[in-house]
Amino acid sequence: MSHLQNLTLKVWRQSGPTDAGQFETHQVAEISDEASFLELLDVLNEQLINENKEAVVFDHDCREGICGTCSLMINGVAHGPQRATTTCQLHMRSFKSNDTIVVEPWRAAAFPIIKDLMVDRSPFDRIIEAGGYITAVTGGAPDGNLIAVPKPVSDAAMDSAQCIGCGACVAACPNGAASLFTGAKIAHLNRLPQGQPERYQRTEAMVEKMDEYFGSCTNHGECSAACPKEISVDVIALMNKDYRASKFKSRKEISRD
Amino acid sequence: MTYTFDSKVPAGALADKWDNYKQDAKLVNPNNKRKFKIIVVGTGLAGASAAATLAELGYQVDAFTFHDSPRRAHSIAAQGGINAAKNYQGDGDSVNRLFTDTIKGGDFRSREANVHRLAQVSVDIIDQMVAQGVPFAREYGGLLDNRSFGGAQVSRTFYARGQTGQQLLIGAYQQMARQIGLGGVRLFNRTELVDTVVIDGRCAGIVVRDLLTGEIQSHAAHAVVLATGGYGNVYYLSTNAMNSNATAAWRAHRRGAMFGNPCLTQIHPTCIPQADETQSKLTLMSESLRNDGRVWVPKSPSDNRPADQIPEADRDYFLERLYPSYGNLAARDVSSRAAKRLVDKGQGIGPLKNGVNLDFADAINRLGLDVVKERYGNLFEMYERIAGEDPYKTPMRIYPATHYTMGGLWVDYELMTTIPGLYAAGEANFSDHGANRLGASALMQGLADGYFVLPSTISSGLAPLLGKTIPGIDHPAFQEAEKQASDRFSSYLNTKGKRSPDWFHRELGKIIWNQCGMERTKEGLQQALADLPALYNEFQTDLRVTGTGETTNQTLEKAGRVDDFFQLGMAMCQDALSREESCGAHFRSEYQTSEGEAQRDDENFCHVAAFEWTGDPMKPKRNVEELVFETAHLATRSYK
Repeated sequence: MSHLQNLTLKVWRQSGPTDAGQFETHQVAEISDEASFLELLDVLNEQLINENKEAVVFDHDCREGICGTCSLMINGVAHGPQRATTTCQLHMRSFKSNDTIVVEPWRAAAFPIIKDLMVDRSPFDRIIEAGGYITAVTGGAPDGNLIAVPKPVSDAAMDSAQCIGCGACVAACPNGAASLFTGAKIAHLNRLPQGQPERYQRTEAMVEKMDEYFGSCTNHGECSAACPKEISVDVIALMNKDYRASKFKSRKEISRD
Repeated sequence: MTYTFDSKVPAGALADKWDNYKQDAKLVNPNNKRKFKIIVVGTGLAGASAAATLAELGYQVDAFTFHDSPRRAHSIAAQGGINAAKNYQGDGDSVNRLFTDTIKGGDFRSREANVHRLAQVSVDIIDQMVAQGVPFAREYGGLLDNRSFGGAQVSRTFYARGQTGQQLLIGAYQQMARQIGLGGVRLFNRTELVDTVVIDGRCAGIVVRDLLTGEIQSHAAHAVVLATGGYGNVYYLSTNAMNSNATAAWRAHRRGAMFGNPCLTQIHPTCIPQADETQSKLTLMSESLRNDGRVWVPKSPSDNRPADQIPEADRDYFLERLYPSYGNLAARDVSSRAAKRLVDKGQGIGPLKNGVNLDFADAINRLGLDVVKERYGNLFEMYERIAGEDPYKTPMRIYPATHYTMGGLWVDYELMTTIPGLYAAGEANFSDHGANRLGASALMQGLADGYFVLPSTISSGLAPLLGKTIPGIDHPAFQEAEKQASDRFSSYLNTKGKRSPDWFHRELGKIIWNQCGMERTKEGLQQALADLPALYNEFQTDLRVTGTGETTNQTLEKAGRVDDFFQLGMAMCQDALSREESCGAHFRSEYQTSEGEAQRDDENFCHVAAFEWTGDPMKPKRNVEELVFETAHLATRSYK
């Protein structure tokens, strides 16, 4: 274990959604390289409280990389410099003494700032509410082994089901699109046999809800590079394919012909 | 005056009780269900599954979470799996065996009827979650795969890589999201419960604080369900999420809900040891790793060679030595204490000598790297990210940490607390795990309560209310509770002392961990009960909360939670002091066998201690619910 000395933090402060924000510069004299990035913010906040100042507001919870609550643009990169890592799992050994670190909230029109580094990601919940589920009323389920699911299918569903809903994909996207998030859920459910009955209806509803809030995808791939769970852009292709198919299958469309 | 508990256990043979209950339960007609409002607080496995199912049945549900989204609840962090008595492996599992394992694992301090019901509904949970699209691990033939877990000799654990909790929570969240979309559930996010309201002996609703505006609001309902998790964060360092707290349960306790077995807290044997002083939480490494990892320390405390240079002869595989038939899979409390004793003797490993090895070299030789990677790949990655070492090459360093709380709000068979109309589900209640929970049983209990138990039991409490009006939020009791909550938060802001809530939390945690942690003594607990009121007094006079109460203020939120942890910590120490026996995770040094194992006192302590609030956290009233074992045979637990 060693220690980093003399870090300069430029932190975004903003009192409320409609207030003007600005960067504030703070020094942290020393921190262990075993500390996580959020523990650096804990140390800063303890310092601010000792100086009788208001602590920096930031979202965080499990601190083990699974709940998706933490966010932060660190030196302009969603979740910071380490690949496939959430901010809470980023450790100070990724930095060195005398570094200047710029800390900002997610930057996306669909995620308005609440205060300081905290943003509102509830449009993600709206997308899931629109169709990100398999209808299975409690009590009526058949035996778990009744429908065999080929292992490669189950594994592929699991790959995209790993999404933690943190929003890094949206923050990293130049268009503020949510295609990776939406595509991951569609790929999870649409690949499984249990997800087939609602496949096209789900895709249509989720994509159209997504378009109410988020920008359009132009295949930059920044989302996948920023994703802490390394979800592949392939899920976007699957979403687009199923969306197109859903339009052909839509009874509303058919009745118009 | 002695309080008499009515646990409402139904009549009949153990295996028939749940069916008998459902047959006799009062129901609410489908057309009348929409006339009832049910509040669900917390959106983890128990809360989300209860909210979804109650809304499917037709009740009006209001769901509350302090998170930004229901999907953040800490159920998400469970790694290893979920137990169910499916016997898909044909290895002799059955409902009765799961029941017996759970009763025995809990060291005979849980209620038989509740545990048997849990084992019964476990099989339905798997069916339900598969139907919802949870991508459980599968065999090549497409059927569900299982693995084994501590405290069991069969393979009954279903899993989704090392992220089972995440996949189950997302499943339950999606069911609830569907109901939000359909209008059956109204969601209140970033909203924290600050009080419960009791009118004429019945729970009338809750008082909440909007975490974005600080606004205090009341909500009235016919029934309230608290699915607000456990209180492991009382120790400061634990595997709980940073925001997990005891406030909802504690505030309900202060209004009359009794708190069962507060001292029964579980230490998980496989966590990454503390690395430095700034550490804010501990990270668990799934117990499933013990399936293939071997636990050892160097035989000599002065052996400082790297692990791979220590020959077999100089290693002590202490779990295999002490517990030959369960080996590395001995129950959690047993394994944790064995590790603690060796570390206390100076045989610990790592820079701070505060861990033991969990070694996969044999497993890699036996199974091949690919199989190990397939089973534990994401856990190994996670470990490497945190500890900076590669577990494929160097053994993991592990040490026990606080993980789960078996204690919680006392509930009867219907999951109702001692306040009529107020229910507790999941980790928030005390019911199923006795003095020690088995691995992969928390997910099982959360989903059992939310999907299958509450939706069947809550109608009994609601049916008699049909056609009656319930008190609205203009009732003076709501206004009084709102004022008290508002005054409480103002007082944190106005103390204007010198110490932050986190400082107090750390100091509180040290006392509880040292005196009411893995090993407890009479003297230590008495010391804690002398130190806690002094520190609490300091908290009340020297607290500093900066900022205001009218916008998001996480320092203020923390102050409220630490206040409640203090009071709960006092109850824990009182309970640990008065439980003069060792059972499961509660280990009193004075009560151990000649081999150092927990020595129960069934004659005097075969009961639940349920604490009643008296207004002074240092003077709770201890009530007793006797436990009767009609089916399970009261035996000394042995994993040898």
